[in-house]
Amino acid sequence: MVDSITLGESLRRQGVSRRGFMKFCAATASMMALPPSMIPAIAASLEKARRPSVIWLSFQECTGCTESLTRSHAPTVEGLIFDFISLDYHHTLQVASGDQAEAAREAAMHENAGKYIVVVDGSIPGPTSNPGYSTIAGISNYDTLMETVKGAAAVIAVGTCAAYGGLPMANPNPTGAVAIQDVVKDKPIVNVPGCPPIPTVITGVLAHFLTFAKLPELDSLGRPVAFYGQSIHDRCYRRPFYDKGLFAATFDDEGARKGWCLYRLGCKGPMTYNACATAKWNLGTSWPVESGHGCLGCSEPNFWDAGGFYQALSIPTSNVTRTAAAAVAAGAAIGIAAGLANRARKSASKAKHQTVTVDQLGEG
Amino acid sequence: MDFLLWVRGPAFDVAVAIFVIGVVARLLEILLLGRARSYSEPKGSQVGPGFAEIFKRSVPLPDIVRRGAVTLVGGYIFHIGLFVTIFLFVPHIEFINSVFGVRWPGLPNPVVDAVTVITMVALIVLLVHRIIQPVKRMLSGFEDYFTWLVTFLPILTGWLAYHRVVDPYPLILGIHILSVLLLLVVLPFTKLMHTFTVFISRWYNGAIYGRRGVQS
Repeated sequence: MVDSITLGESLRRQGVSRRGFMKFCAATASMMALPPSMIPAIAASLEKARRPSVIWLSFQECTGCTESLTRSHAPTVEGLIFDFISLDYHHTLQVASGDQAEAAREAAMHENAGKYIVVVDGSIPGPTSNPGYSTIAGISNYDTLMETVKGAAAVIAVGTCAAYGGLPMANPNPTGAVAIQDVVKDKPIVNVPGCPPIPTVITGVLAHFLTFAKLPELDSLGRPVAFYGQSIHDRCYRRPFYDKGLFAATFDDEGARKGWCLYRLGCKGPMTYNACATAKWNLGTSWPVESGHGCLGCSEPNFWDAGGFYQALSIPTSNVTRTAAAAVAAGAAIGIAAGLANRARKSASKAKHQTVTVDQLGEG
Repeated sequence: MDFLLWVRGPAFDVAVAIFVIGVVARLLEILLLGRARSYSEPKGSQVGPGFAEIFKRSVPLPDIVRRGAVTLVGGYIFHIGLFVTIFLFVPHIEFINSVFGVRWPGLPNPVVDAVTVITMVALIVLLVHRIIQPVKRMLSGFEDYFTWLVTFLPILTGWLAYHRVVDPYPLILGIHILSVLLLLVVLPFTKLMHTFTVFISRWYNGAIYGRRGVQS
């Protein structure tokens, strides 16, 4: 449960030096595109911040988002901030189970009414679909979500499933899945999409909330601009190859070995807004494009239905060849019909044609 | 994103269907008109002169060079520009490959970029010329300006998308594709149909000249 320890004390207890802490504050400021003058303010706020209560709701999800957040960045300040929050309810991580687990959630909601943060990963079956597709303790996901967010200060939708519906919502969407923002309308929501999202981004959002007691600036899709403000394509180190027109045609050709642009292999970098190209993964080791695979566009809505992962962005998602073939047949039928009609008209006018004799002309 | 998926999916299908049906139906209607039966002895072959005419008409007559230089030069520039931007830009080649299964090498993007700008300038010069030249203005109707617009829009939006001027990118890419779909839908039912009929009519002219006989 929430205790009175501040973040500054927590970090010192875990052996983080003042210098390390200030470095983190500077990194957070630059990540969130804040001026350097804000660093002392960030440090002061974070130093004094009290442990926020966090209720983590997992619905129709694969636990990949939790894996991403807990497994990485173990020795870093970001990881320690994640440790600092009072995670009062989380299926995968909490010790309690059954009634005790649900009691922990209710206690956290009651004790921190109006102040706790709800983190959601996974989509939920919509209010009109069969609630039996996903339940916790016999309660439908929809009811759990609506009850829990009622007293929340803010909702953070972690992962593309929570933010935009993700895989469960992909065609044909058997469970009638919806995104959190589709049903929660009266609370501030931050979308942190990605499949999974970058760990630094979720800690960055938490740090922003702890520092300023409000949510960061969001783009039109509800994502923090600081992390999702630029496209993968614009920050891609392979961009010069795109500009030069040098593309890998297969995953093992000369172009692929030389690190040329992966556009032709289906890279969705041009339409994808995320921080992978700058924040990178696995403690800054690499990221998908650097490892030789095109971007899937996992932080964008409907990315599962946005055409094949290995088809270039310029290729239509529908089967144009089939449409064109059917259209040729239809066009031929119409053309032949029009041709026949023209011929019929021609022969009709020929039949109507009356010849005139020289005598008749003379009469006229 | 939803908009982009719509133009890349259902809208694309509808536009391609209208385009293909329109082009095939109109071509067949023209070809099925047939030729009137000839009762006279032809004095020459039709095939050779027909094909020769296709090429001959691409070479301007000296008088036309003198009197219609702007139209001629501008016309050549933007037609070649359209060919380069449509068929030699790598993302377009990927699209063509996905539909027809054929591909060819593209040009470096900066080259296509430069050609795009030249093409747009040529089109704008031709539009201005059409407006300020009294004879051309008198000959121009709504369809001429409309076809100019639907030809110009895909080039402009494609160029804006390539330079990522509009944010977010999926929006401008979607607008670009939508403008192409508009062009596809309009093409079979306007003067733009000359894309497909120009060489047929040239061949027909050449064939008549080659035949040198009375056709009645």
